[in-house]
Amino acid sequence: MNPCQLLFLLLLALGMQTTHAAPQIERWQTTAGARVLFVETHALPIVDIQVDFAAGTAYEGAGQAGVASLTRELVELGVAGMDETQLADRMADVGAELAGGVDRDRASIALRTLSMADKRAVALDLLRAVLSTPQFPAAVFEREKARSVASLKEALTRPETLAERALWTAMYPSHPYGRQATAESVAALERPQVLAFHAANYTAPRATLTIVGDLSRAQAEAAAEKLTAALPATPGMTAIAVPELPRSGEQRIAHPALQAHLLLGLPALKRGDPDFFPLLVGNYSLGGGGFVSRLMKAVRDQRGLAYSVHSYFQPLAQLGPFEIGLQTKKEQAQEALKLTREVLAGFLAQGPSEEELLAAKQNLMGSFPLRLDSNRGILNSVAVIGFYQLPLDYLDRYPDNIEKVTLADIKAAFARRVRPQHLVTVIVAGE
Amino acid sequence: MLMRHARLIPLLLLLAAPPPALAETFEQQLPNGLRVIVREDKRAPTVVHMVWYRAGSMDETNGRTGVAHVLEHMMFKGTPSAGPGEFNRRVAAAGGRDNAFTSRDYTAYFQQVPRHQLAEMMQLEADRMRHLTLDRDEFAQELRVVMEERRLRTDDQPQSLLFEQLTAIAFQAHPYRVPIIGWMNDLENLAPADARAWYDNWYAPNNAYVVVVGDIDHQAVFALASQHYGPLPARPLPVRKPQDEPPQLGTRRLTVKAPAELPLLMMAYKVPVIRNVDQDVDPYALEILAAVLAGHDGARLSTNLVRRQRLAVEAEVSYDATARGPGLFYLQGSPSEGRTVSELEAGLRAEIAAVRQNAVTVNELARAKAQLIAGQIYKLDSMFEQAMEIGQLEAVGIPYTQNRHLIEKLQEVTAEQVQAVARKYFDDQQLTVGELDPQPLPSAVRAPAAAAQR
Repeated sequence: MNPCQLLFLLLLALGMQTTHAAPQIERWQTTAGARVLFVETHALPIVDIQVDFAAGTAYEGAGQAGVASLTRELVELGVAGMDETQLADRMADVGAELAGGVDRDRASIALRTLSMADKRAVALDLLRAVLSTPQFPAAVFEREKARSVASLKEALTRPETLAERALWTAMYPSHPYGRQATAESVAALERPQVLAFHAANYTAPRATLTIVGDLSRAQAEAAAEKLTAALPATPGMTAIAVPELPRSGEQRIAHPALQAHLLLGLPALKRGDPDFFPLLVGNYSLGGGGFVSRLMKAVRDQRGLAYSVHSYFQPLAQLGPFEIGLQTKKEQAQEALKLTREVLAGFLAQGPSEEELLAAKQNLMGSFPLRLDSNRGILNSVAVIGFYQLPLDYLDRYPDNIEKVTLADIKAAFARRVRPQHLVTVIVAGE
Repeated sequence: MLMRHARLIPLLLLLAAPPPALAETFEQQLPNGLRVIVREDKRAPTVVHMVWYRAGSMDETNGRTGVAHVLEHMMFKGTPSAGPGEFNRRVAAAGGRDNAFTSRDYTAYFQQVPRHQLAEMMQLEADRMRHLTLDRDEFAQELRVVMEERRLRTDDQPQSLLFEQLTAIAFQAHPYRVPIIGWMNDLENLAPADARAWYDNWYAPNNAYVVVVGDIDHQAVFALASQHYGPLPARPLPVRKPQDEPPQLGTRRLTVKAPAELPLLMMAYKVPVIRNVDQDVDPYALEILAAVLAGHDGARLSTNLVRRQRLAVEAEVSYDATARGPGLFYLQGSPSEGRTVSELEAGLRAEIAAVRQNAVTVNELARAKAQLIAGQIYKLDSMFEQAMEIGQLEAVGIPYTQNRHLIEKLQEVTAEQVQAVARKYFDDQQLTVGELDPQPLPSAVRAPAAAAQR
């Protein structure tokens, strides 16, 4: 090491001490009863506001599969006094962007705007209109329904979509997480069902606002009040049932694609469960750690069987899945499946090595600042904390929680959560 | 790629006193020709480190298509001092993320790491800039991975197939006609010697530049760069032939049949890209035209074709004003149920004709510019995107210092200029039209619920 480099490292080390702190999160509740999480940061003239409602597909009634997504799409397509084009134009006039979507648990509406008062005020008014006065015009409803049916039909020709849907159906045979919209179920939806879904689920007590950016606490409070004031305060919070674990099985779906899509999975983990950290650390070595994981080394590097192979846990309000996925040339689907199962079985039997555990901790702890190095990154992390009501010091304690995971913790957590008798397999376009 | 956000000027005025964390950019060239560009962004204790090589798929030769991308994969397969997999292992141990990408114009490698790991990243990148092993067995293995990547991203993706075939027909002489990932038969016959030749030809410090964005002092970065990259010798580079595309003499049409549900229409017009930042007008006007047509949910294609006429399920535009090679302006969409691809083509043509006849409104122009400026500010939230912007400009020969000027040029575009480009470039002679003709899947696939459970 030459003197220049040494000096450089010293300078960096001095700086390092002070900068690893997780963002300061403030939390309160609006008068209407919505939860708010706020991170104040003035480095850039940007404000992000994400509103998450407990209005994901898990809350759809039987026979209404597709209503959650359609409702989310429609809330921004016409509000009191403004049609969809006027709303979109005004948003664009101030350079603001509306995004969001629906997953099993959440329906999200996310606004990004410049923080200058004249721009921000317009953008907030528009978001407020989307939250409180969506009109669901009948003609727009019919048009969006037709577009949803069309894109669903298209998606159902894709091997990756067929595989993912079949896996969720197999993992959750009698649970809302396994329910999927079909062209038929969407075509059968009526406008009153969307209105009813919206009224029941887009309410203040089911809402979490995450605000990150260039606002003072007082400005953030005023914004949150204004955004949620007109939301119904009706609670009506229905819990999602605990899923039963499926019996292991294998499903094959024919498809003309060149590549087979292989998925394995089972319901495994909910948000806030203490097994999260041992599973996260363990999975890094199994298939979460990108190019250095066991699956990647065995399936891609050593045998050239796939471009991508991964495993992950997706914790949800109820048991969310553990999933392994890869794609390989049709002719080698069996070989790849056998190899994947061997890697998994070996990992479940022995757990990671000391070396792997160390590597996993080094990366997960070392890369932690990368997750929080932008307003967007902070928003994503804090929104999860807010929606799932994780402890406010979750990010502060994250590195410690990684650090204290032991080999025994990992083996025990995997033994509890990834039991082969419940693992289902889906192969689309296998030989 | 880069211009979708270019328009910062009034915004910078708004930021009268830029916050101290805001980016300042510095540059130095090493004696071996390697340029180092550093943007200080001190919001968080991380850095992104990128190495860009001015060699992409457009520099390949017949029979060896895909070699730029295969070499990119091989760059992770070891040097004498860091064996196969060691690069990824050390980046991971440093708490980093890394990857690489190959385009028509360039090949680039990046790591995002906590800032105190930058020195190690530079050491690793400098090592593989000169000392790649290119082992035969590793090559054979990795070629199989790349063929899987081609199956995944192109062969089993109807939209990608249409794009690949349309590009191959729109260009006849210019190497933009070949897919970045390469034709499958070329991949099947690619030899380690091809990768070696590619590496020896193009992987030299005088054909590369380094971009660093993050919480780091630029002088410290220059010192590190000099230490790690400085010893690598410059080498003469191969001559690049222009391979200019001859004039197109009439509309070209093609059909791709593939398993799908929705038809897809893709129309590509030959248009210019930026060659002279100062004197050019048309590429900037085309950027604004793209924004007016499809820059937001209330833009013309969505409002007219999707919402009012219900002619399309989706309708989009794509245009990139910066490229080493020739430009295309794409209009594409899928017709609604009961409507045809020809009706959609007529609808898209009518939208261009409307601009030709009636120009665009003052509001539309202002809206497009407002969005462009906001996008430029939003980009400051991502160190990665800032590094990408610098790298992509440099890749096509536009100094990154010109970025602000590009934004000014976009701000200056008038409604008359937008109308003028709509009149000048969108004629049938310059047009290539591709259609995806969806083929039904076997009936077993259509009812997956009926598949046997075992």
